[in-house]
Amino acid sequence: MTITLNGKSQILDESAELLAILHDRQVDPAHVVVEINQSIIPRDAFATTLVNDGDAIEILRFVGGG
Amino acid sequence: MPFMELLDEYADFDFHGFLASVTANQVERVLAKSHLNAQDYLTLLAPAAAAYLEPMAQRASALTRQHFGNCIFIFTPLYISNYCVNHCRYCSFAVDHHIHRRHLGLEEIEAEALRIAGEGIRHLLVLTGEARHKASPEYIEAAIRIIRPHLSAIGIEVYAMTEEEYGRLIEAGVDSLTIYQETYDRTLYAQLHEGGPKADFAFRIDAPERACRRQIRGVAVGALLGLADPRIDSFFTGLHAHYLQQAFPATEVSASFPRMRPFEGGHFQVEHDVDDRLFVQFMLAFRLFLPRVGITVSTRERASFRDHLVRLGVTRMSAGVSTAVGHDPEGSTAQFEIADTRSVDQMRRDLAAFGYQAVMHDWNSRYLAVR
Amino acid sequence: MNDELVIGGQVVRSRLITGSGKYQDESIIPQVLEAAGCDIITVALRRMDFDRPTENILRHVPKNKILLPNTSGARTAAEAVRLARLARATGCGDWIKIEVINDQKFLLPDNYETIKATEVLAAEGFVVLPYMCPDLGTARRLVDAGAAAIMPLGAPIGTNRGIRTRDLIEILIEEIALPIIVDAGIGRPSHATEAMEMGAAAVLLNTAIATADDPIAMARAFRLAVEAGRLAYLGGMPGASTFARASSPLTGFLDQTEA
Repeated sequence: MTITLNGKSQILDESAELLAILHDRQVDPAHVVVEINQSIIPRDAFATTLVNDGDAIEILRFVGGG
Repeated sequence: MPFMELLDEYADFDFHGFLASVTANQVERVLAKSHLNAQDYLTLLAPAAAAYLEPMAQRASALTRQHFGNCIFIFTPLYISNYCVNHCRYCSFAVDHHIHRRHLGLEEIEAEALRIAGEGIRHLLVLTGEARHKASPEYIEAAIRIIRPHLSAIGIEVYAMTEEEYGRLIEAGVDSLTIYQETYDRTLYAQLHEGGPKADFAFRIDAPERACRRQIRGVAVGALLGLADPRIDSFFTGLHAHYLQQAFPATEVSASFPRMRPFEGGHFQVEHDVDDRLFVQFMLAFRLFLPRVGITVSTRERASFRDHLVRLGVTRMSAGVSTAVGHDPEGSTAQFEIADTRSVDQMRRDLAAFGYQAVMHDWNSRYLAVR
Repeated sequence: MNDELVIGGQVVRSRLITGSGKYQDESIIPQVLEAAGCDIITVALRRMDFDRPTENILRHVPKNKILLPNTSGARTAAEAVRLARLARATGCGDWIKIEVINDQKFLLPDNYETIKATEVLAAEGFVVLPYMCPDLGTARRLVDAGAAAIMPLGAPIGTNRGIRTRDLIEILIEEIALPIIVDAGIGRPSHATEAMEMGAAAVLLNTAIATADDPIAMARAFRLAVEAGRLAYLGGMPGASTFARASSPLTGFLDQTEA
């Protein structure tokens, strides 16, 4: 299946939990905020949210800014 | 927050203590600031500031010229009815004074408007006493509609009305509202206005806000100096004008510092006499506190005194005035004696000699297609 | 003297707000904040960089600071609102600096979109600090929209040109009851002092400290500059006026008796 992660197409073998996708990419879930199809996913729902074919995922974090 | 609440915040403030404590040094520091706050204004109303009238005048004169130019706006009052149900102890129109009462019919009002327009004046201030059964809101509205075609701008100085009534009068062509609180001292206000609808202090003090909510172009506030401690009433006049300016930026705010004048039928003892020097101090302090607010001086003041005031901060003056109904001292009693009896033409010439233009025609709401 | 700055109901001790961007080495930030004495620090929200997944600006921000995320990158009110909601979802508080810029040449904020975003976010309970072009009408609408402070620019962002909009900011300080925080344009400590002498409630700057040769020394310089300006404002600076006494051209008539 295909998902869009931060604007880039990615192929996944099968549906996966959001938390697993973060772990695979060494992302600490405590430091990010995630949108799936423009809906914000609460942090405590990362483990129970399933990512499906065609989903657009945005993973954001704070950086330096003025 | 309504102004009434702001007034309440000063309920326990020791004005006399503060005014007595102001030093020359404090006055000089205020005069060195570019923007004055309420406390600075009060500082300039203190006895200690009396020694600084000339530097205050220099600055007030420059500020007034900067914001208003070399112009004095001229208007004339028209009393259309002096029936009154109030008991104001300082006013000749009070219900218990046996004076000549008169109430103009609409035809008489139109004739007066034409006569005034014929003198070159384009701004009229329409006045009545407080008698809803005689000078009803409907009567005043009809008067405005009759006058409207002959003049450019119409102000009203009548009893406090509801927001809906102000809305109807504004719709009929009223551009500005003048309503003096007389005194901001609530206890004294209650003593001076026993009985009659004017006894409602809060309804009167909220009146400018009600008119502003109906998008009136201008409001004028003031206190009748001589009733209460005039320094405190001057302070609240400034605070009131400042409040209205902040709360209703689209409305043009002005103020006046009327002094008690002798009147018929009254034995009212003026407790707090305001001499010329103190009057000038009030006007200068006000101008420094509120550089963009208009100041009106009426014909209560002498011609020679008014001429000198022109350079100190005044922006509007009345002319060709009678305080009797329909300009007719034979038919009715005047509200108070006027001190400046010059004709409009004479005032125009005198102002020109001081380097000022008398402006008869400032604003005309009929230029706007949609009202 | 009790000279508190209150924003969104919260007492803020320091009147210097700094940004966390443009540092050569972000690990210096704790020392910079210490030297600057700041309570509030701004951050931005960006897409995760999967090549550096462990990088985290918050590691360098002490826990007791107020985090002020901005909506940089937003070109419309809707985008700013989306970024603000994302920022709040991180669990780092509900303060937001609204920054809506759809002019890539001068980077000037869009006041109209900023008002719209402020309305939405204030209604959602955010502590909203809108960055704007100094304009009285806009500021009044921002007050009505529920802003917690108003942040006019002193000069276009990143120009270090100082308080070029001085006259307009003075009007805001005079007319608006909310704290006025001068944001952008402050390139030197003397600019910060000038803003504070004018009566600004605080200043926000980033580039001037972050790109200094010694950011820690510059942070300290700004802290002192802001304090000096504030003290001067509170102290009531004497002006250059003189008190003419010798003659009284305007009030002399009061001494004459009338014929």
